[in-house]
Amino acid sequence: MAKTDALQGSLDLLVLKILSRRPRLHGYAIMAAISSTSGEVLRAEEGSLYPALYRMEEAGWIRAEWIKKDTGRRARIYELTAAGKEQLGEEESRWHSVSLAINRVLREA
Amino acid sequence: MSVWSRIWNALQGERLNDEIEEELQSHIEEAIARGCDPHEARRNFGSIMRQREASHSIRVAGWLESLLADLRFGWRQLCRNKVTSAAAVLSLALGIGSCVAAFRLIDALLWRPLPISNSSKLYVLSRKLTGLEGKPIEDRYWAAPDFKLMSGAVHDQADLIAISDADRSDITWATDDDMEKAHVVYVSGNMFPVFGLEPALGRLLAPADDRAPGLGPYAVLSWDYWNHRLGRDPHVLGRSLHIGDQTFEIIGVGPRDFTGTETGTVTDIFLPLSMNSLATRDGVMWHHTFLMLKPGVQAAIALEPLRQHLSAVSRAFEASCSTCFRGVPQATIDRLLNKKLVFAPAGAGISELQREYRRSLGILGLLAALVLLIACVNVANIMTAQAAARTHEMALRISIGAGRRRLVQLILCQSALLAIFASVLGALFAAWSAPFVLSLINPPDNPARVAMPADWRVLLFGFGLIILMVLLLGLLPALRASAARPVAVLKGGEDPHSSRRLMRGAIALQVAFCFLVLFLSSLFVASFQRLQNRPLGFSTDRLLLLETVAGKGQLPVVWNQTAEALRAVPGVDSVALSGWPLLGRIMINNDISINGAPPSPIPAWFLNVSPGWLAAMKIPLVSGHDFRSPDGSPGAAIVSETFVRTYFPGQNPIGRTFARGTNQPLNKIIGVTHDTPYHDLREPSPAVFYVPFDEIDADSAPGPVRFATFIIHTDSQNALALAGSLRQLIAQRHNGLRVSNITTQLDLVRDQTIRERLIAMLAAFFAAVALLLAGIGLYAVLNYSVLQRRREIGIRMAIGSTRAGIVRIVTLDVFLMIALGGCAGVALGFGASRYVESLFYQVKATDRDMIALPAIAILLTAFVATLPAVLRALRTNPTEILRAE
Repeated sequence: MAKTDALQGSLDLLVLKILSRRPRLHGYAIMAAISSTSGEVLRAEEGSLYPALYRMEEAGWIRAEWIKKDTGRRARIYELTAAGKEQLGEEESRWHSVSLAINRVLREA
Repeated sequence: MSVWSRIWNALQGERLNDEIEEELQSHIEEAIARGCDPHEARRNFGSIMRQREASHSIRVAGWLESLLADLRFGWRQLCRNKVTSAAAVLSLALGIGSCVAAFRLIDALLWRPLPISNSSKLYVLSRKLTGLEGKPIEDRYWAAPDFKLMSGAVHDQADLIAISDADRSDITWATDDDMEKAHVVYVSGNMFPVFGLEPALGRLLAPADDRAPGLGPYAVLSWDYWNHRLGRDPHVLGRSLHIGDQTFEIIGVGPRDFTGTETGTVTDIFLPLSMNSLATRDGVMWHHTFLMLKPGVQAAIALEPLRQHLSAVSRAFEASCSTCFRGVPQATIDRLLNKKLVFAPAGAGISELQREYRRSLGILGLLAALVLLIACVNVANIMTAQAAARTHEMALRISIGAGRRRLVQLILCQSALLAIFASVLGALFAAWSAPFVLSLINPPDNPARVAMPADWRVLLFGFGLIILMVLLLGLLPALRASAARPVAVLKGGEDPHSSRRLMRGAIALQVAFCFLVLFLSSLFVASFQRLQNRPLGFSTDRLLLLETVAGKGQLPVVWNQTAEALRAVPGVDSVALSGWPLLGRIMINNDISINGAPPSPIPAWFLNVSPGWLAAMKIPLVSGHDFRSPDGSPGAAIVSETFVRTYFPGQNPIGRTFARGTNQPLNKIIGVTHDTPYHDLREPSPAVFYVPFDEIDADSAPGPVRFATFIIHTDSQNALALAGSLRQLIAQRHNGLRVSNITTQLDLVRDQTIRERLIAMLAAFFAAVALLLAGIGLYAVLNYSVLQRRREIGIRMAIGSTRAGIVRIVTLDVFLMIALGGCAGVALGFGASRYVESLFYQVKATDRDMIALPAIAILLTAFVATLPAVLRALRTNPTEILRAE
């Protein structure tokens, strides 16, 4: 369980970061952006992306809207809210302090 | 924000699932469009179903969704048994509606605080003393001069307020107008300021208006009267109003919701206390005295010293009152002076109506509550039966992982649905029935009026009732069902007796309640019947009564001339005059002194009547003769048989004399009549004597008569048909006589039994409902038990049990429960009847009939209710049952 939480924590950070750079993406595009910017290293299980998106939407960090695609089908696109920007800042600084701490351990041990 | 969106999503039902599905599908399509292999894309995505479930639970308020699902399921359950559900809803609605209606009446008459400031600091003063015949009585009236002394004595701690009864008086708006009736109250000048009331128009009475007799000819109208009589005319200020020979100027209108302190009567006009001619009389006690504690005075500390202080002041006043006890024996004076002053909280107002109906309303509330309980037990029984039929389903639900909490919620939802439907219907029933019952409380020409708003008090009560009902209905079946042990049930054999034990207990409970309702009802119905059939001693047939007033009074000869004119009207058979009607509002007694001896302790009641009055009333003379007209019999008197028994026991009274008090002129008895009731149908006929209408006073001349009643025996059966024309005829004679009230002797007798009629009617209604519900409940339980024991019955039959044996095993325990419940009911009944004994007339709780009747009714109902189940048991075909097994 703890493992999933940690994963989820970083998934949130990645999604928020992607959305802060490139607003109005749908789920597939977010996933694609994560894997392409990470050089195909980070790959979330595609299905678990959506529960995470809904959770962040309920928390008010992102908001969603339906748009019509060129193909005629609808797609749900996401963008960051003000609360989401704040959350991103917090998550980033937490990530930095954690990775700093881990690096220090790796260096000195 | 997010809670609301989740609640919103829960209410959306399937739409949310569709949306999630669409988004997930579009993801996979996107992947395929980007050149991914469809299989690959699906495999990468994982289980769509699982992702959808996970997403769904995030976006939805789970508790609400399950609640909605349970409600939907409960609704389907109710729909599946339409007849049972409708019966359950109807019976609960009747119960809850009756309860809420009873609460509204009780609250409005007895509990609702007056709309004044500090109503909790308001008390009313009365005195307890020993009455005639040694019975304790309470004197609630005070003399105005005594009141003045008392309020001066305690003015630093409390304000005393004088308020008279709301008298239904004759008033005229302009001298030529017809007289009309209005409830007039005399109040001390401090009432409005102490109650913290503000005028809706003009100004209210102030202490300055109540300084001295005759100095404050001002009247304040109540808002209600201003509204319904004057159409909220803003120019009413300054208009004048005539009451008797006094004229009052309207100076203001009271606040909207204040209708006086006499709960049940809406006051129309407030006048200053000192404007009443009785205000200077030391010996006349005629108004109530209220006490309002000053701000900052603690009731717990201050009341007892105040009581003692006031008691001492009042006693000193009465002891020194020279006019109070003229010609009264010393023993009576001692008895009258030896009294205890008491305070009673008066925050809800005080009235005769409250005293008269307190117990009746209590009983009404009890009956309504019992009917609701019976209905609840009934429905709970039905639900237990249904739940038992669903043991399999419950066991299945538990075995596939349903939480017990969820199961309890499932069943509670169903009972909540029942309760909610029942409450809506019940609210409609209460909205109709409470005003209906209120309208039956007083005579139709002077109905009880009291505000019964559907405000938070009523809503809170109703809400509490619903919660209670849901728990009563659902909790037991819910706990039972959720306690089902899946293994045992699914194997097909749990203890079959467990739910029947519960239902049998419910039957005993139901029968006990039902017996109590029937028992009380039969007591009330019997009381009413006996009161109604009480021998009157006079006839009420075709007797029209014109209660007539004559300002400052008219000589008897004028009254007699008017009677003569009335006799000439076609349709009038005969006309007689009396001071007031029998069984009306007026009653006056005299001390009786025989041969100059001190008066006897028992007074006698009297009535002035004209010659022919006895004949018109069909009161037979036992001996002697009627009065002869005119002036044929000065000082003559006709007495009742009880009068003879009381004052001339064993003697021939004709020719004997008595005096009305010491040193009064003698009255000579010229005739003896049968007994009649005088002012109260419930009491034994008292000693009564009749004196001539044109009785001569101390100056040997007939004095003026201020009011009297024409008794008109009409030809037609409908005595009231002539009323209008006779009233006009009297007005057209312009001799100062005016008809103040029109009624019939029959109505006066009927008005005496209003309370008994009302209780008997409602009690009979509740009894019928209770009996019906008990019958339905019994039927349901027995029917269910036979269904459940089909196997057992089949086996018993197969091994040779007789039909009688089958009937015995099916019905024995039910009738045992009925007997048990009946015994409990008798015990409850005796307990309850002691509390309401004062409402009975010539019936006792221990009368054989009163116990036998309800018992027979219940047994008959039980017999009818068990018959279908017994027949079903007997028709059981053992071969079929055993083959099916």
